[in-house]
Amino acid sequence: MAKKNISEEDSRFEGIHGVHKIKIGDILIMAVLVLLCLTCVMPFVHLLAKSLSSNTAVLSKSVYFWPKGFNISAYRSLFLDGQMTHAMIYSVELTIIFTVLGMIVCTCAAYPLSKKRLKGRGVISILLMLTMYFSAGLIPSYLLMKQLNLLNTMWVLILPLIFSPYNMLIMKSFFQSSIPDSLEESAFLDGATNFKILFRIVLPLSKPIIATLSLFYAVGRWNSYADAKYYITRKALQPIQYLLSNMVKSAADSATSLSEAAQVTSTPEVYQAAAVMFATIPIMCIYPFLQKYFVKGVMVGAVKG
Amino acid sequence: MEKKKMEVAPMPRKKGLAVYFKRDWQLYVLLIFPIACVILFNYMAYPGLRMAFMDYKPAKGYSGSEWVGFETFQKIFRDKDFLRALKNSLIFNFLDLLVGFPMPILLALLLNELRYPKFKKLTQTILYLPHFLSWVIIGSVALYLFKPSTGLVNIWLMNMGVIKEGIPFLSEKWHWAVTYLLIYVWQTMGWGTIIYLAAITGINGELYEAADIDGANRWQKIWSITLPSIKGTIVTLLIMNLGRVMGSNFERLDSFDNVQVRDFQYQLAIYIYDKGLSGGNYSRATAVGLFQSLTGLILVLATDKFAKMLGEDGLI
Repeated sequence: MAKKNISEEDSRFEGIHGVHKIKIGDILIMAVLVLLCLTCVMPFVHLLAKSLSSNTAVLSKSVYFWPKGFNISAYRSLFLDGQMTHAMIYSVELTIIFTVLGMIVCTCAAYPLSKKRLKGRGVISILLMLTMYFSAGLIPSYLLMKQLNLLNTMWVLILPLIFSPYNMLIMKSFFQSSIPDSLEESAFLDGATNFKILFRIVLPLSKPIIATLSLFYAVGRWNSYADAKYYITRKALQPIQYLLSNMVKSAADSATSLSEAAQVTSTPEVYQAAAVMFATIPIMCIYPFLQKYFVKGVMVGAVKG
Repeated sequence: MEKKKMEVAPMPRKKGLAVYFKRDWQLYVLLIFPIACVILFNYMAYPGLRMAFMDYKPAKGYSGSEWVGFETFQKIFRDKDFLRALKNSLIFNFLDLLVGFPMPILLALLLNELRYPKFKKLTQTILYLPHFLSWVIIGSVALYLFKPSTGLVNIWLMNMGVIKEGIPFLSEKWHWAVTYLLIYVWQTMGWGTIIYLAAITGINGELYEAADIDGANRWQKIWSITLPSIKGTIVTLLIMNLGRVMGSNFERLDSFDNVQVRDFQYQLAIYIYDKGLSGGNYSRATAVGLFQSLTGLILVLATDKFAKMLGEDGLI
């Protein structure tokens, strides 16, 4: 079921429905979907508009989906604020290192485990998968990180998470379902080693899954901040999402205190909107390019191995 | 050496262990890295769970702290904060399932009815987007939309004259509960459709053609072909989700945190963070964590067994 891809699905529907005329039902369905899409897009258009407006326009509550008193001073002060730009660059570095290491470890686990002939496969699978179902919890993990001298280092945000059982399962299913055994057999006959087969044959054929899982790894790292909150107290090592969370928190408390005065003295909304857009834009940039791969990747993963 | 390998490949079963390792030792070398990772960062944390049975004092360490048996567990079940966190977690997880589970199915059925591949693709791309946004971003966007006096939605409603004062979507606990749940539905609905759309793709097209000939309308086709065909997927996913009712997402709760809504927002992940890392009560937080992990594991195993009993694919 999962092997078919979206384009096949599309063509099938043309085949089924193509001959009919458009009915009221179709228009209604499209209207509902357009409305749902708008709920996904418009909040960000609103935020973008606010981030590009003047402070006074925002305070007078007249900014909807188009900037008023257009200026980029919020973004300028964002770039001038050393902490924000530092956090941004740091988060990009962190995400790249995490994704590369994560993909390496993931492949190292998924490739051998995709081989049915591997002796000890069952035991090793259980060893690797158990962590998905039973975690030691926050405090034991915290003390372990302390013991390993990882607190307040960049590595505490990388190493504990680079092996992801979920991503490994997806990759393993892909290897099993999409790479024919005969290819490997003939490579063995030619005297190729396992390493050679992996690098020369399997990986070049696995671009869709590599793209998908890289996206998952990168987005996962980029988006989380809980571990930074647990393990990191040094300002220089806090990723951008964590800074954002602190900013939003103070804004939320001032907003719910219901006094307008508190809102004026807290971080200006324009600046906050710019900061949120700043942290969202990297995802919006890579998302469309990887999007064509990940649906297929996810569907392969849906058939568990 | 080359010659030997050539013999090995076609009939590996007949050869001994030595030959097997000669060919496949590299696979074990690869496995060293992930195994080292899980041992170092996951398994090494398990011994720390003994804190749950101790009166752990950070200054004294494991050796200096006293063993107290199940006393900590007895304490947490008398702890009002814990009981509130547990109750909230269960109620909100159940509500998540109730309102969040049907939406991807409905949406997949709607997407499936679309006739224009390009429109469909664009719609899907946009609907998947919230899945890739962090809870911080979602939380702050929610703030921009729902603040009582300056939020977009409230400004609109006030301008239209529907309401006189801003609705406290995020700062009054009952309103907060609804907003919090609906935002979850919004965030998960698009991504959730993928698996159903995949299942729908697997349906035999001839069924629809036959129904067309019989003059079946859209609803009849959905009701008697599409839904019954994806029933297995629905049941499997429902059961998998039931296995997660003990879970608790710290970032999601933390991003919708404010002073006015603690009554509902105080759930297990928040309790563990508050009592443990912030409050320094390590034993209690560990005990709650262990309770959560164990019941979670039992639920997953039970639901997996149940799924297999019903003849569906399990998840383990």
